[in-house]
Amino acid sequence: MAPSSQPAAVAIRDLHKRFGPLEVLKGVSLSAAEGEVISILGASGSGKSTMLRCINMLEVPDEGEVIIGGETIALARDRKGRMCPADRAQVDRIRSKVAMVFQSFNLWSHMTVIENVVEAPVHVQKRPKAEAVAEAEALLAKVGIADKRDHYPSHLSGGQQQRAAIARALAMHPQVMLFDEPTSALDPELVGEVLRVMRALAEEGRTMLVVTHEMGFARDVSSRVVFLHQGVVEEEGPPAQVFGAAKSERFRQFISSGR
Amino acid sequence: MSYFELMGFGPKGWGWPMLMAAGMTVAVASCGFLAGSVIGSLIAWAKLSRSIVARVFGDGYTTVLRGIPDLLVIYLFYFGGSALLSGIGQLFGGSGGFIGVPAFAVGALAIGVISAAYQAEVFRGAYTALARGELEAARSVGMHTMLMFRRIVAPQVLRYAIPGLGNVWQLALKESALISVTGLVELLRQSQIGSGSTYKPFYFYLTAALLYLVITTVSTWGFQRAEDYSMRGLRRA
Repeated sequence: MAPSSQPAAVAIRDLHKRFGPLEVLKGVSLSAAEGEVISILGASGSGKSTMLRCINMLEVPDEGEVIIGGETIALARDRKGRMCPADRAQVDRIRSKVAMVFQSFNLWSHMTVIENVVEAPVHVQKRPKAEAVAEAEALLAKVGIADKRDHYPSHLSGGQQQRAAIARALAMHPQVMLFDEPTSALDPELVGEVLRVMRALAEEGRTMLVVTHEMGFARDVSSRVVFLHQGVVEEEGPPAQVFGAAKSERFRQFISSGR
Repeated sequence: MSYFELMGFGPKGWGWPMLMAAGMTVAVASCGFLAGSVIGSLIAWAKLSRSIVARVFGDGYTTVLRGIPDLLVIYLFYFGGSALLSGIGQLFGGSGGFIGVPAFAVGALAIGVISAAYQAEVFRGAYTALARGELEAARSVGMHTMLMFRRIVAPQVLRYAIPGLGNVWQLALKESALISVTGLVELLRQSQIGSGSTYKPFYFYLTAALLYLVITTVSTWGFQRAEDYSMRGLRRA
């Protein structure tokens, strides 16, 4: 990696995570510089979603470190010996800087689209309501659903819901955006509209970590591709390099299987 | 004396006393229902808790209070409360005689304690109907537990709970008739008084039945409106 005095936007070091007897992550390290777009590929069960969820502590790693913008998330062991965040306020603060977009959108179903987008800026970040609403309207226009402002999520298509979820994430002014298979729950004809929005975000220079099965996105948009296999990083590098001449036989099989 | 004279609002009519008694029924049932909401949400919280002690307590509460007759609970509260008050009276040098507890407070509390057992089940069921992903989304934007409860959990639990709460309200309303045994002049007690002094029991109980029906009809309509409002934005299955 290029030497830099700036701390990485996100770094994870030697992450381990077990679910019962199953070790899902077996020592994963990764670092994303400011403005990097990293696509995380891998078969289902390879640990890619778990890794992403460890970054904002939706899963607490059993071992290892998560460092956001140079700040290490403090972990401790509870009475039963499980790892837990040592300082919940720190986790809440870091989460408000690390936005996540989920596979199943997870918009709050009792709120309209605009209410979903202004919720966290107003109630978590305590920004003035009028300012948050004005910004939310601009964000909805940006993702192309300004006319859905007052609709409830259940009245939108999957693609529109996911774009609303992206607007909700952007409203937090995140330093890092995590995408957990953002197009996997969508009908094929709706995938494009979400990928277009993500591509535009990448071009703005946002730091993004994207767990995806979209090879086109990984190849054309990301600055780096990481391939996970059975809880370890099997292949890593710029897309031109890994897609052209992968060192890993498994990765070559993975891309030729047409996933 | 015709039915309408008897139940009218003239000098010999029982209209006002019956209406006042209906008001008392609504008041004691509402107070009991609200007390039940407070106790019931605490019990639901205990039942959903990670602590095994809290879960056992919550399950025990609902099992016991749904398992014994409501009238028995009312007697226990009334005589238990009186025994307690009389004991305290003796402690402070009273004559040691029977001290009655206020019938309204005991009645509302008894309804509340019983209603809580049913409401706890309603709230618990509503909580388990929440989409886990929406809670995860709330955590992922940095909401702390209380904020998430207030902004995401409570509004949705209430939404899913409204139909069940409507049922529990009707139960509370009918339970309030049992409070008549403590001497509180609610609708049933007033009908007993009226029939005793006019020897026209059928007229009084018929009127009482009609008034109960009016109350339940209005409240069913109210709960339906609340449900329609809270379900806005939800696709009907």
